Amino acid sequence: MIQHLASLPILIPMLAGVLLLMPPCGKNLQIRRVTSVILSLVTVLVSAYLLFYINSTAPMVYAIGDWSAPFGIVLVADRLATLLVLLTSFLGAVVVLYSCAGDDKKGSFFHPLVHFLILGVNGAFLTGDVFNLFVFFEVLLIASYSLLMHSADKHSTRAALQYVILNLIGSSVFLIALGVLYGVLGTLNIADLAQKVPQLTGDDVYLAKIGGLLLIVVFALKGALLPLHLWLPNTYANAMPLVAALFAIMTKVGVYAILRIYTVIFGENAGELAHMAQPWLWGLALATIVMGAIGVLASQDFRKLIANLVIVSVGTLVALVAIQNVSATAALLYYLVHSTVICAALFLIADLIAQQRGKVADRLVAGRPVAQPFLLGICFVIAALAVVGMPPLSGFVGKIWILKSTLDSEKAMLFWPIYILASLALLVAVSRAGTSLFWDHKHKDSEAIEGSKAHPLKVTAVIALLACSPLMVVFAGSISDFMLATSEQLFDINTSINAVLQGGQ
Amino acid sequence: MEVLYASCVGVLVACGIYLILRARTFPVVLGLTMLSYAVNLFLFSSGRLTINKAAVLGSGSEYADPLPQALVLTAIVIGFAMTAFVVILAIRGRADLGNDHVDGHMVKSSKEQK
Repeated sequence: MIQHLASLPILIPMLAGVLLLMPPCGKNLQIRRVTSVILSLVTVLVSAYLLFYINSTAPMVYAIGDWSAPFGIVLVADRLATLLVLLTSFLGAVVVLYSCAGDDKKGSFFHPLVHFLILGVNGAFLTGDVFNLFVFFEVLLIASYSLLMHSADKHSTRAALQYVILNLIGSSVFLIALGVLYGVLGTLNIADLAQKVPQLTGDDVYLAKIGGLLLIVVFALKGALLPLHLWLPNTYANAMPLVAALFAIMTKVGVYAILRIYTVIFGENAGELAHMAQPWLWGLALATIVMGAIGVLASQDFRKLIANLVIVSVGTLVALVAIQNVSATAALLYYLVHSTVICAALFLIADLIAQQRGKVADRLVAGRPVAQPFLLGICFVIAALAVVGMPPLSGFVGKIWILKSTLDSEKAMLFWPIYILASLALLVAVSRAGTSLFWDHKHKDSEAIEGSKAHPLKVTAVIALLACSPLMVVFAGSISDFMLATSEQLFDINTSINAVLQGGQ
Repeated sequence: MEVLYASCVGVLVACGIYLILRARTFPVVLGLTMLSYAVNLFLFSSGRLTINKAAVLGSGSEYADPLPQALVLTAIVIGFAMTAFVVILAIRGRADLGNDHVDGHMVKSSKEQK
């Protein structure tokens, strides 16, 4: 039984999605909600157990259908993949909980789609095969297209149309890149690719380089890296805030793919192609941070501001990927978990604020006061402090760690000023947003809308996300040890190649 | 055969990109379809082009690589579903936005023509 554990984070959401479409759940909203919450919690528990299990033993390699690598598809549950699976499952469970307060009624099939999205994201993290990565990308994309249209109005139709077309082009580029890589290397298994890339000679080296660099285009599109980030602010600001919160993990799938491919396949062992993507990633990442910071300053409404915060975090993460050492990658993982959770929390808070402010919603203009200024104010302050990176929350720890891990490399000269100035811009923009959301009223005696208090389930969901930030500070010691171990495991390429190619239980 | 095949893929990609750059949804959808045809052909050729060979490893010195065929099959299925989705979305966009422009802007000249 235990050897099937690695496949469960994919199987459970899939079965959950199917089950939720079936008669007892499909008809009755109450049963559907209860089933959905229970199944998402089961996914979280299984992911947590998988993480606990592989952390104490070796990474788990699961050969689907018992076809051993490189001929069959393998799932590789190492620390990195499983950590992100746990993060996804947790975020999914929180979103499901939040939706039970009424947002799931606004369109059809919300719960099954969320589970299918979790299935796609978990699969993308766990798979050890590049073509299978493409398949799981498509699974998560089709779920995200439909979620984007959940309770859609005019603007989200337009945003969704652009998002879908862009991603379809991205998928075509992905397939072309895979075709090139397969044509040259004769395999699509990540471990096998990593083994074969250093043996390339002659013209094949250039073909593999073309394939590898085309992959950057795809992952930059998914991860919203400059210049392919233009879809993100519009899409995230027009999706339902709840859906946008779930999408916070989707840019991280792109970052994860970049990290995995350009560390394992085109990393330091890749002979002539070693570190071939680094100069590109480095420049683009810094430009992304700058563009994101400008976007944050220029945002006219709160959700667009958060969307631009996501872009800044993607830029920071990819810059750390480009540095390519163990401590920078460990800092990256800490920051990735922190930024995903906090950006998701911010989207949910934006939803609560927008509902209580009536017509002006989340636009950053003078409007009615919110009905629960104390509760929402506290939530906002915690999230804002965390996202800007002020002490004492997780953003601060992450920021210090990032700065410290980049100190030794010569790249610090460029990275430090840009990153710190961007943080300053974030601080200015977020505090300005808070001021106008909470204190800027049109008339002095304008009153809050009656009966617009937040549903307790929604507040619980937001608090569950926000609680991660102080917890990540309290347990920073053991978490950072774990992140370092994760990062060492990722960089120990030969061991993982051997585990995949010889293993497969 | 290689030249013919490669130029087929090239022409399809060129047409696809040209159509994708159009401003209205229908040509864009056609462009996406052409691009996905081109990609499928390209994927198919990544196992090298052979004629009259068995798709089994080890049964002869030359064989047709079965893996790209499986990949193409997957890509066709996924591409088909995605195209269906984008067609529906384009129709919805036509209804919601009142025009079939990809960026959803009202075009002044068409108003004036009325």
